Amino acid sequence: MFEDILITIATAATPLLIAAVGEVVVERSGVLNLGVEGMMVMGAVTGFGVALTTGSPWLGVLAAIIVGALFSLLFGFLTLTLVTNQVATGLALTLLGLGLSGMLGESFVGLPGIKMDYIHIPFLSELPFVGKLLFGQDPLFYVSLLLTAGVAYFLFRTRAGLTLRSIGDNHTSAHALGIKVIAIRYLAVMFGGACAGLAGAYLSLVYTPQWIENMTAGRGWIALALVVFASWRPWRILAGAYLFGAVSIGQLHAQALGIGVPSQLLSSLPYLATVVVLVLISRNRRLTMVNTPASLGRPFVPDR
Amino acid sequence: MRIELVKRPERSKLFAALSPLIALGLTLIAGAIMFSLLGKDPVEALYYYFIDPLREVWSLHELAVKAAPLILIAVGLSICYLSNNWNIGAEGQFVIGAITGSILPVMFPDFQSWIVLPLMLLMGIAGGAAYGAIPAYLKVRFNTNEILTSLMLVYVAQLFLDWMVRGPWRNPAGMNFPETRTFSPSAVLPEIWSASGRANWGFVFAIVAAIALWFMLSRTLKGFEVLVLGQSPRAGRFAGFSQSKMVFFAFLVSGGLAGLAGISEVSGAIGQLRPTISPGYGFAAIIVAFLGRLNPLGIIAAGLVLALSYLGGEAAQISIGVSDKVVRAFQGMLLFFVLACDTLILYRIRFVGASAAKTVEATQNV
Repeated sequence: MFEDILITIATAATPLLIAAVGEVVVERSGVLNLGVEGMMVMGAVTGFGVALTTGSPWLGVLAAIIVGALFSLLFGFLTLTLVTNQVATGLALTLLGLGLSGMLGESFVGLPGIKMDYIHIPFLSELPFVGKLLFGQDPLFYVSLLLTAGVAYFLFRTRAGLTLRSIGDNHTSAHALGIKVIAIRYLAVMFGGACAGLAGAYLSLVYTPQWIENMTAGRGWIALALVVFASWRPWRILAGAYLFGAVSIGQLHAQALGIGVPSQLLSSLPYLATVVVLVLISRNRRLTMVNTPASLGRPFVPDR
Repeated sequence: MRIELVKRPERSKLFAALSPLIALGLTLIAGAIMFSLLGKDPVEALYYYFIDPLREVWSLHELAVKAAPLILIAVGLSICYLSNNWNIGAEGQFVIGAITGSILPVMFPDFQSWIVLPLMLLMGIAGGAAYGAIPAYLKVRFNTNEILTSLMLVYVAQLFLDWMVRGPWRNPAGMNFPETRTFSPSAVLPEIWSASGRANWGFVFAIVAAIALWFMLSRTLKGFEVLVLGQSPRAGRFAGFSQSKMVFFAFLVSGGLAGLAGISEVSGAIGQLRPTISPGYGFAAIIVAFLGRLNPLGIIAAGLVLALSYLGGEAAQISIGVSDKVVRAFQGMLLFFVLACDTLILYRIRFVGASAAKTVEATQNV
């Protein structure tokens, strides 16, 4: 029972983790992409559709990653090449993604989806208590952990990561040093898009294997909040994502138990928790000031 | 080939006026391509979307019904965006305004007087403004990102409405449908010209609000304060303007107008509360605000365009069987094109071929 709850928490936390870890790379490069929700929902509909037509959830995941990255290019072209307002363009990406996915997914509504198989390693997966938790989850759970470790290593232990962070902190100086600011930002934005697409596919192939319009239900926005909550550090995102996973699974269990609280109030808990957590973290101005990439959201036009 | 931006010496007045039109044109072209891909005749589809709804008087009334909330919300948002406050939770403020405005007709249905309606509208405004004040307070007091908090509160508001109409406010005589009792005649927003169609006073409120805010922005010190604090907070501080007061001002105005839109929609167009009372007006209004170039008068025109897309979506679904889901994709594309075209106002765009770029570099190196 206890183990099962922990596993469902991991399932709720994994999409948040994947999307937020992608976004942290984008924001560390100084770009604020508020379109996570839109890229995620595009990933969800693509993953579902491709898995359904080909019968392979892995092809669905691959397609979702590609579509997420291509979709983020729209945002990249506008904000990086045409230097549009990043907040407004991110919103546009979200609105477009929600609209397009609703249109593309209309024929998928109500169809049973394809669920990705859980990993089973003989003996190890059958260990008491930790067996299923450590060795018997869905493959993307392990991907999310590797991704977090990889991004943490990349950002803080490699030269390329340092370059990326330097662009995020001062794009003018980085440009003066001969760093290709815009090219690197394009790559960062696409990485964020790929991660958001993967997170979306997780929702429609693992979390609830079906397509429902707007099925991301604000998770892209919660992922954005997680990045702030984690003060732009990958391992703290992991902690935050599991905290949110626990809140959303906790409220589901409370609904099932039928305690005397309206289900709508319980359903709003993850959103309220996001607000509370954001308040708690941002009231510490020094912490946020030190960690926020200094060029975040600022327009950059190279002088020639 | 590369795209280069060359900063114009000053804002281009020509492109400031043209960019929304170019964006509309590009959206129509993209829409035509999309319809061809869906296997429909693009000309016929665009006709049903954008011309057919304009051919009958009752349909023009419907246009006003749909445009009213869009314009009301969007003019409020223009104050927010001009002053650099990113309120994207208008949908939630709309819902809360609808709920607080409905307190009288739902809880005191026997209270019938001419004063009911003005009270409802005031309570709707107060509710929306109070809900908008939450992200404003959190931003000023705790430095919390208003984009995320205002959006999270949309989900909370929608769930709260859902609970109200299924729980405490469910119509006792409604056979368990999740809806409140229908409003009594004294709680219904009257129609402007009921002989010819359904348009109600909400549209008048929208036009009045747009003109009032246009006047404020272009002719008063407060409007100047909005623009200065939006473009350069530092200059605003030196001028003695308070950043925190501006945050509250922007959120209270936009929240109040969204609340007014909410109660006008419920009282004028629907006549009761239901689990869903808006087809995403609060989000579509963001598109309206940008398409209107954040100018309240431009927003009137932009609101009519977006309202037309909703009507056209319904018309096209009935006549040629295109799903109404296409509408939101359309609206999203429109915002993309608007933002892209706005670049032309500040920059000239130069396409640089690979060889030309080398020559430029070579001459610069000399």
